[in-house]
Amino acid sequence: MLIRRAPDLRYSDVTPKEIYVNRRRFLGGSMAALGAAALPFRASAMRLNAVKSNYNAGNEKLTSKDIITGYNNYYEFGTGKEDPSENAPKWHVPSPWTISIGGDVVKPKTLDLDAIMKLAPLEERIYRHRCVEAWSIVVPWIGFSLSTLLKQVEPTSKAKFVAFETYYDPKVMLSPRQAGIPFPYKEGLRLDEAMHPLTLLCFGLYGETLPNQNGAPVRLVIPWKYGFKSIKSINKITFVENQPFTDWAGYAPNEYGFYSNVNPKRDHPRWSQAQERRLGEGFLGRGIERPTLMFNGYGDQVASLYSGMDLIKYY
Amino acid sequence: MSKVLSSRWTKAVLFVLSLVPLGYLVWRAFENHLTANPIEYITHFTGDWTIRFLLITLAVTPLRTLLNQPQLTRFRRMMGLFSYSYGALHFLIWSVLDKELDPHLMWEDILKRWYITVGMAGLLGMTPLAVTSTAGWVRRLGYKRWQKLHRIVYGCAALGVIHYWLLVKSDVRLPLLYGAILAILLAWRGIIAMRKGKPAPRRVPAAVGR
Repeated sequence: MLIRRAPDLRYSDVTPKEIYVNRRRFLGGSMAALGAAALPFRASAMRLNAVKSNYNAGNEKLTSKDIITGYNNYYEFGTGKEDPSENAPKWHVPSPWTISIGGDVVKPKTLDLDAIMKLAPLEERIYRHRCVEAWSIVVPWIGFSLSTLLKQVEPTSKAKFVAFETYYDPKVMLSPRQAGIPFPYKEGLRLDEAMHPLTLLCFGLYGETLPNQNGAPVRLVIPWKYGFKSIKSINKITFVENQPFTDWAGYAPNEYGFYSNVNPKRDHPRWSQAQERRLGEGFLGRGIERPTLMFNGYGDQVASLYSGMDLIKYY
Repeated sequence: MSKVLSSRWTKAVLFVLSLVPLGYLVWRAFENHLTANPIEYITHFTGDWTIRFLLITLAVTPLRTLLNQPQLTRFRRMMGLFSYSYGALHFLIWSVLDKELDPHLMWEDILKRWYITVGMAGLLGMTPLAVTSTAGWVRRLGYKRWQKLHRIVYGCAALGVIHYWLLVKSDVRLPLLYGAILAILLAWRGIIAMRKGKPAPRRVPAAVGR
């Protein structure tokens, strides 16, 4: 019989994956257990103080936090709706978190998240959120207008679009092959859309920092566009001259457009966009169908951005 | 092995096992754990099991030959009927809960949405097979004709996989897996048919008989 020396043990051989992936939280948890203070295990959720905002959706009923944080599209953490809430919390969000901003700008910068969050008072904004899959929720987000950040770098006259990129770590996230779309995830806006006051640079929801599955630590929320435009976990912003590549529009251009403004008259080729299912409402929370509004009901504020444009053609 | 297979208890156990997915669904409903979008969850769940039972049904004949266990055939009808039952449930959820039995909305969906057109065709194709699954119908049609009729199931299974493949957004792993399994099961039949010196069965007339 051949006796071979066992190869060196790896972390993964002796430690359950949840623990070594979250070793810092595990250590934190052990420390907390040692100490007298009974710290919650999820030490990552921190309270955020925010002022009320002028940008609030009428008298909409808030969707429950359970639904907002338990039913997500975040393909890096799985393509099922409940996968992200199961997998994303195991991801240790890099700290410090930085966003590098460059391209056609006068002053390219790499900014620390803590510094970014001090640029302006945090506001709580209650927005309707409409997914391209014809479901919708109402979320109390926390953040401030993206324009506050973008003004820091002084875009040049060449800049016409803004491209965004999601953090990607293949060790804890799906591969592009598994998810079917390219990673790192990319999204983009026209400059005037990015500078619009409704476009929110978002750090939290329901009074706390963002849970990982909702795009921690920083994301966009563009309430008049389908949800996939509201890119999560941003670590790169680039000002560019031409319309940038964006994930879904690049993957299936006949199904998802660059603009992707909520539009009940322009159906997705495989399903209708005339209606949407408001999650959590109705008998046993089965969801209530309601008509979808043009620009998700934000037409008064944003329709002028598209005057003269054929929104069926530029979907 | 053949003793176990021929026992009437095996059939009973298999029947109960086939109800496990349904039981799981009911349990999740009572636990209030049908996700934030229960209609979508139930629809996907029942659709998934329709395809799975259909693939199990189609695996019976190859397994019977490969394992040399003729007794396996006893379970084929039950598997097929379970597939049809989960499929019928799938259709009911869509028509009652999603479309609220609005004929206009349903018709529009069938005409406009390819994946619904395809899925509906697959399920409709299985209906005569479910009806004629009894021993009486085999006798009435004669075995040859009955067998010919039931080859429609190959087409239905293909439609089921295409239906699934058409509706996913980008993650095609599961529809591809089902498609690969189906391809293997059909290829096996094709090879057997060729070995017998007969051309593989191709088109089957939609209406057979009197």
